[in-house]
Amino acid sequence: MAQPIISFRDYGFQYRAQATPTLHHINLDIYPGEKVLIAGASGSGKSTIGSCINGLIPYAYPGENTGELLVGGKDPKKESIFALSQMVGTVLQDTDGQFIGLTVGEDIAFALENDCVVQDEMKRIVEETAKLVDIDHHLEYAPHELSGGQKQRVSLAGVMVEKVKVLLFDEPLANLDPAAGRAAIELIDEVQERTGAAVIIIEHRLEDVLWRKIDRIVLMEEGRIVADMPTKAFLADTMLLEHGIREPLYLTALRYAGVPITEKLEPQHVDSLQLSEAHKEKVRAWYRDNEDIGEAGAQKRDILSVENLSFGYTPEVQNLKDVSFSIKEGEMVSIVGKNGAGKSTLAKLICGFEKPTAGKICLEGRDLSDDTIKERASRIGYVMQNPNQMISKPLIWDEVEMALLAGDMSAGERKERVEETLKICGLYPFRKWPVSALSFGQKKRVTIAGILVQQPRIIILDEPTAGQDYHHYTEIMEFLKSLNEQGFTIIMITHDMHLMLEYTPRAIVFCEGELLADTTAAHVLNDPDLVRRANLKETSLYTFSMACGIENPQKFTERFIAYEEAHRRKQEG
Amino acid sequence: MARVAILNYIKRPSPVHELTGTAKLVFFLAWSVASMVTFDTRVLICMLLIGAVIFKISQIKIRDISVVLGLAAVFLLLNNFFIYLFTPEYGVEVYESRNVLFPIVGRYTVTAQQLFYHLNITLKVICVVPIALLFIACTDPSEFASSLARIGVSYRAGYAVSLALRYIPDVQREYRNISQAQQARGIDLSGKDKLFTRLKNSVAILLPLIMSSINRIEVVSNAMELRGFGKEKKRTWYMQRKLQKNDWLAIGFALAVLVIGLGVTFSNGSRYYNPFMEAL
Amino acid sequence: MKKLSVKSVVAIGIGAALFFVLGKVAIPSPVPNTNISLQYAVEAVFATLFGPIAGILIGFIGHTLIDATSYGPWWSWIIASAFVGLVIGLATMKLNVEDGIDSKKLIHFNVAQVIAHVLAWGVVAPVLDILIYAEPIEKLFAQGLMAAVANIITTGVVGTLLLLGYAKTVVKKGSLEKED
Repeated sequence: MAQPIISFRDYGFQYRAQATPTLHHINLDIYPGEKVLIAGASGSGKSTIGSCINGLIPYAYPGENTGELLVGGKDPKKESIFALSQMVGTVLQDTDGQFIGLTVGEDIAFALENDCVVQDEMKRIVEETAKLVDIDHHLEYAPHELSGGQKQRVSLAGVMVEKVKVLLFDEPLANLDPAAGRAAIELIDEVQERTGAAVIIIEHRLEDVLWRKIDRIVLMEEGRIVADMPTKAFLADTMLLEHGIREPLYLTALRYAGVPITEKLEPQHVDSLQLSEAHKEKVRAWYRDNEDIGEAGAQKRDILSVENLSFGYTPEVQNLKDVSFSIKEGEMVSIVGKNGAGKSTLAKLICGFEKPTAGKICLEGRDLSDDTIKERASRIGYVMQNPNQMISKPLIWDEVEMALLAGDMSAGERKERVEETLKICGLYPFRKWPVSALSFGQKKRVTIAGILVQQPRIIILDEPTAGQDYHHYTEIMEFLKSLNEQGFTIIMITHDMHLMLEYTPRAIVFCEGELLADTTAAHVLNDPDLVRRANLKETSLYTFSMACGIENPQKFTERFIAYEEAHRRKQEG
Repeated sequence: MARVAILNYIKRPSPVHELTGTAKLVFFLAWSVASMVTFDTRVLICMLLIGAVIFKISQIKIRDISVVLGLAAVFLLLNNFFIYLFTPEYGVEVYESRNVLFPIVGRYTVTAQQLFYHLNITLKVICVVPIALLFIACTDPSEFASSLARIGVSYRAGYAVSLALRYIPDVQREYRNISQAQQARGIDLSGKDKLFTRLKNSVAILLPLIMSSINRIEVVSNAMELRGFGKEKKRTWYMQRKLQKNDWLAIGFALAVLVIGLGVTFSNGSRYYNPFMEAL
Repeated sequence: MKKLSVKSVVAIGIGAALFFVLGKVAIPSPVPNTNISLQYAVEAVFATLFGPIAGILIGFIGHTLIDATSYGPWWSWIIASAFVGLVIGLATMKLNVEDGIDSKKLIHFNVAQVIAHVLAWGVVAPVLDILIYAEPIEKLFAQGLMAAVANIITTGVVGTLLLLGYAKTVVKKGSLEKED
């Protein structure tokens, strides 16, 4: 067998700033041309492994290591980060952070410039590499003229100019809409085939990565490798959920139907499944047995209605075109569509941050046009994607109290209101803590508390779970669900198809500033035409149920979700 | 997404656009130095006229830059006003003579010397305006960093300029988003609150902005390090263009103006041109 | 001169971008035709965190970009902006705000920023204005004094709160216990 290109031997690592090691006894070999997925919950150490491979450890993040690590047969500690960068190309999660140049061409050329490559040679290499990732028609574009997927292509080209032997992707799906995420996985696959480089993908969204072939999956937990096996064998193992990773939905469906998952089933892809007639019958039986699960809620009255709304940041471009819909009291709704479809713009208009060019927005039948931002905020709260963009006080109590200080409440009333809000949000025991001591999910709660304290009727959240692993995702979403059950109307802008399916009965789909559909979440994902136009992605349940001979995939999806929720409740209760 | 025009680079076919960034940078610096040093009315007027001609050649229209011109005008007016307010007799001191044209009130009279002084200080500012504007409007921002490197600035500092240009739109968008979200929580900077309250309120926007910027610094510097920034003593530039004949002509012309301008200025032993003394 | 680290280069770039954006956000102040310059609070914080060279270049690049996009560069004040970053950066080199902050450090920071602003707007800017523009001393010092006072207040209030917030946010997890 060939020499491994990366080899960890009983490797441990501790960051200088931390009290305990982050990695323990890592033994891992990666061979040339292999495609490996490193999965694990946040804080499992999977990103730290990435930093060891590309040399950020120890150059940018100093610390102590034990054991041995060889990259390309050399010890990174004895090499410079520059020598490593010619062997390992890293595509970071934050595509805006990695896009350093003022234009696409400059950014792809960045590494070559640092290598003092002469200009003619540089132009040739840039042209060639840009073609490889299909971005060669955009060489003069500035970053803000590109979509997230395009920026990622630029990042990939930017590391490929070095003829690297290893391509490392740190959470490549985190900032992409579903279709762009799928395209990214396809691109990674193509590039791997053409260049023969080893590919390492660090991601917790297993099913999305498995869209294309992966040779091996390494599962991390608390700084240790808990599994390292070929994809098939890995999926036949059942421990995924315990480690904060969500297994592919079609496998969960098989499990619910009582079909044991073995390597023989070829479980790595929904299209590769080898189901016997007996297996299919089991699935159909499960489908029939769960007919009456989940029922529609009673119809409520409209709380928010948007009528013929249009808006453009500049007169030439219309970011929203003649949009109309209404939201009922107590609903939980998803707004989906590709990046730049107008979803965030809509939220800004509802909150009054921007003024519509035409149309109106009514709350309980009252036109909001003349209300100020602050007046609207007392009825409609807006929570930004990143809690760090909202938190501006070091202490939780102060942060939650902030919005009340602008009004004319007495200190006593304020205290009462803050306490009540903290209790709703499960933050009361932490009230005297500094915000810095909280996890991402808890910070998110703090920002939501900072909004709830104004007692709005509606809460709009922008990507509430972006970049979160399954554990934090569930924590945040269950919290939002509990708020919804307490009577708050919740509107979420999201790219996450699971979120939409699991938590919001209704979805509003946008595309190019127009409202494309307003229907049930299950319907959206079972309508191939809608999925394509809005840059979404059908779930594997659609393909799976068809393969099992179920004539109504939408009903199958609905029953699956309802069953899963009942299942989860049972486990908790 | 909101459109963000930062430096108003206006792409048009013109000989001025075709010059390399380096030539335009040298031109701009020579012009700045000359206008700062000289107080000679004849030199200033010549520079202004040359600037106007180049402006014409550049294909940039007055309306493209009307906002900027408006700002410059307001700035000049205020500056002149304050100078006169504080020192109505300053021109008399500089030009060592006093010809009263008419009195206004109290110690404020209008003298020919004071007016002439105001004319000169105004000329000093406005003779750079067209060249500065052209430098901004006709230079591809991508050429800034390499131009700085070519005139001897360390490429690290030069690249910092490029990064500033790269991230201004991102920072602008982030500022806007954060301030909108905080406005919804009652934080308003333009309101009628007291100064101190407004300063305190600004922290609610600035702290998240700074924390996210510090985070961004970490990500960007990792990304640069991983792609070999700082590896060699030099680096090459994808967007750099070779200096052509016209570039050398422009550089030569700018330096000539600088040298001749300073020569004329100091030919009478002072940086001022004093028509009042000659008249004596 | 020591080579700038990659991190400093980036801190300068992003710091200058912040300086520019904040300089373009007009926050009206009680005195007509002068605005609250939040950019100096941010420059002071960055100079404290990233050192004097970052301080100089953030002020220089940021201010040049602001001027270049409004009415052409006014070099004397640009240099004064750079000078503010230099002085604060030098004076706070051993402050180590990352390790936590106390009232002693805050006083240190404020003494530094007062000295920096007084020197920059009371000496550097007017002297350069006299050399370059031969403007009358009386006007320049009045102007410089106003700028110094405004910037000292802004940096004192906003800069201090930002440093405090920063130090409290980056502080490591302690042994915190829940209360019922």
